[in-house]
Amino acid sequence: MKTRELTCIVCPMGCTLRVELTDEGEVAAVTGNTCPRGAAYAKDEVLHPVRTLTTTVRAAGTDRPLPVKTDRPIPKEHLFDAMKRVNSLQVEAPVRIGDVLLDDLFGAKLVATADLL
Amino acid sequence: MKTEIAIIGAGPAGLAAAVAAYDAGVKDLLLLERDAAPGGILQQCIHNGFGLHRYGEELTGPEYAARDVAEVRKRNIPILTETMVLSVAPDRTVTAMNRQNGIFTVEAKAIVLAMGCRERPRGALNIPGDRPSGIYTAGTAQRFVNIQGVLPGKEIVILGSGDIGLIMARRMTLEGAHVHAVCELMPYSGGLNRNIVQCLRDFDIPLLLSHTVSRVHGNGRLTGVSVAEVDENRRVKPETERYIPCDTLLLSCGLLPENELSKGAGVPLDPVTGGASVNERRETAIPGVFACGNVLHVHDLVDFVSEEAHLAGESAAKWVLSGAAGHAERSIPVRAGGKVRYTVPQRIDSPETPVRLFFRVGSVADNAVLTVKSGQTVLAAKKKRRMTPGEMESFELSPAVLCAAFDAGEPLTVSVN
Repeated sequence: MKTRELTCIVCPMGCTLRVELTDEGEVAAVTGNTCPRGAAYAKDEVLHPVRTLTTTVRAAGTDRPLPVKTDRPIPKEHLFDAMKRVNSLQVEAPVRIGDVLLDDLFGAKLVATADLL
Repeated sequence: MKTEIAIIGAGPAGLAAAVAAYDAGVKDLLLLERDAAPGGILQQCIHNGFGLHRYGEELTGPEYAARDVAEVRKRNIPILTETMVLSVAPDRTVTAMNRQNGIFTVEAKAIVLAMGCRERPRGALNIPGDRPSGIYTAGTAQRFVNIQGVLPGKEIVILGSGDIGLIMARRMTLEGAHVHAVCELMPYSGGLNRNIVQCLRDFDIPLLLSHTVSRVHGNGRLTGVSVAEVDENRRVKPETERYIPCDTLLLSCGLLPENELSKGAGVPLDPVTGGASVNERRETAIPGVFACGNVLHVHDLVDFVSEEAHLAGESAAKWVLSGAAGHAERSIPVRAGGKVRYTVPQRIDSPETPVRLFFRVGSVADNAVLTVKSGQTVLAAKKKRRMTPGEMESFELSPAVLCAAFDAGEPLTVSVN
């Protein structure tokens, strides 16, 4: 049995979570959480950590980059590969907030988070 | 120019105050904004985590701002952008200037101060050493990267573990820079837990607590910094000093409410928050002048800024609709005691509606007991496992508690021990 200690990031409370892992690497128990979302986070974080990527893309004809995000979290280990793909992209106006710029970025869509008019 | 309510600043506070004032019945409003577009600092905060409380979902800064801007546009509330407010007079005359109108005045029945805050600048930190280029506040670097599309450096050290510094540690790392360390003078971080996890630990960036930059080196451009541990009195321990080569130093050492206009108007400030001293409706000591958001006290979350601005905007509208009359007959001061550094509001003018008190502790309090006392009488108490200076706390006072306080006629003291 192994134990891992995590700081919960689901909300600003920042609970200290303890996750007990079996020898097979499965989650046996989560303690320290004050809500069910915390327990779910602890399991995911230990088994397959994911992060929402927020960054910017180049926009044609302007120095001002367009802010973007993945519409769902992507595997943490792919963050830098995702950055490479996003940084090779260039968009052209008009783009509306919520427009999809990439259909599949490690399982997520890349969407604009502001208008480019 | 004349208007019922002039709102200074079209960031999240100003925008929410405008919508609330409009919905409370005052349709003649004017927002004054010095930037080219509304939205304030949210425009450059491209990361997510905004709106969890208000909308139940995680938005990025530009998305959060876009929702507020859309609400303002829907109501046809005018926003004068690229307009700099020069002064606010106690009679609620605003002097401003822009390219179209030159210098002009706006006579308002009520004013909402929503100017936000600024970062503590390099000049206020007194770091010894050379004076090279390559030293920026974290927010300036954020503007470079997210708005202007340029990376200010490649080898980075960050002084201060405020949230913007943590966010920029991640942002610069993702864009290919190398962040050597984040130094924090205090034995704890001033940033939110989630940012320490997601911005530093995710990328193995060391957080050096009780450390500071003891010297900057470089002729022309920064070439490195000396970092050292500090003792319990925050004095550098010279034997711990070590050199880190870097081309950029980012400063994330606290935010200061920007109250030059308030001071000019004669609004009394709270020396601890650096913002106006207000009542439960967010009215300053000058009748008809309200304040909300980071110009009043620095918030952790924009959701709470919007909530406070809603209250201030609604209060300003009520003040205008009630004929801009009068001041409270009786008022109970609220004082901070024990580990509590400050409270907002600083006074309560009416016991009739519940009042949520916001406060911050000055040092970490474990197994904390919060008490609200009127003189020596404890009116309310609450236990909390942990309170930290980095997170704003709040506590609701019921009308019953407030009536007891008004009957006693003594100041309320909020303390944590």
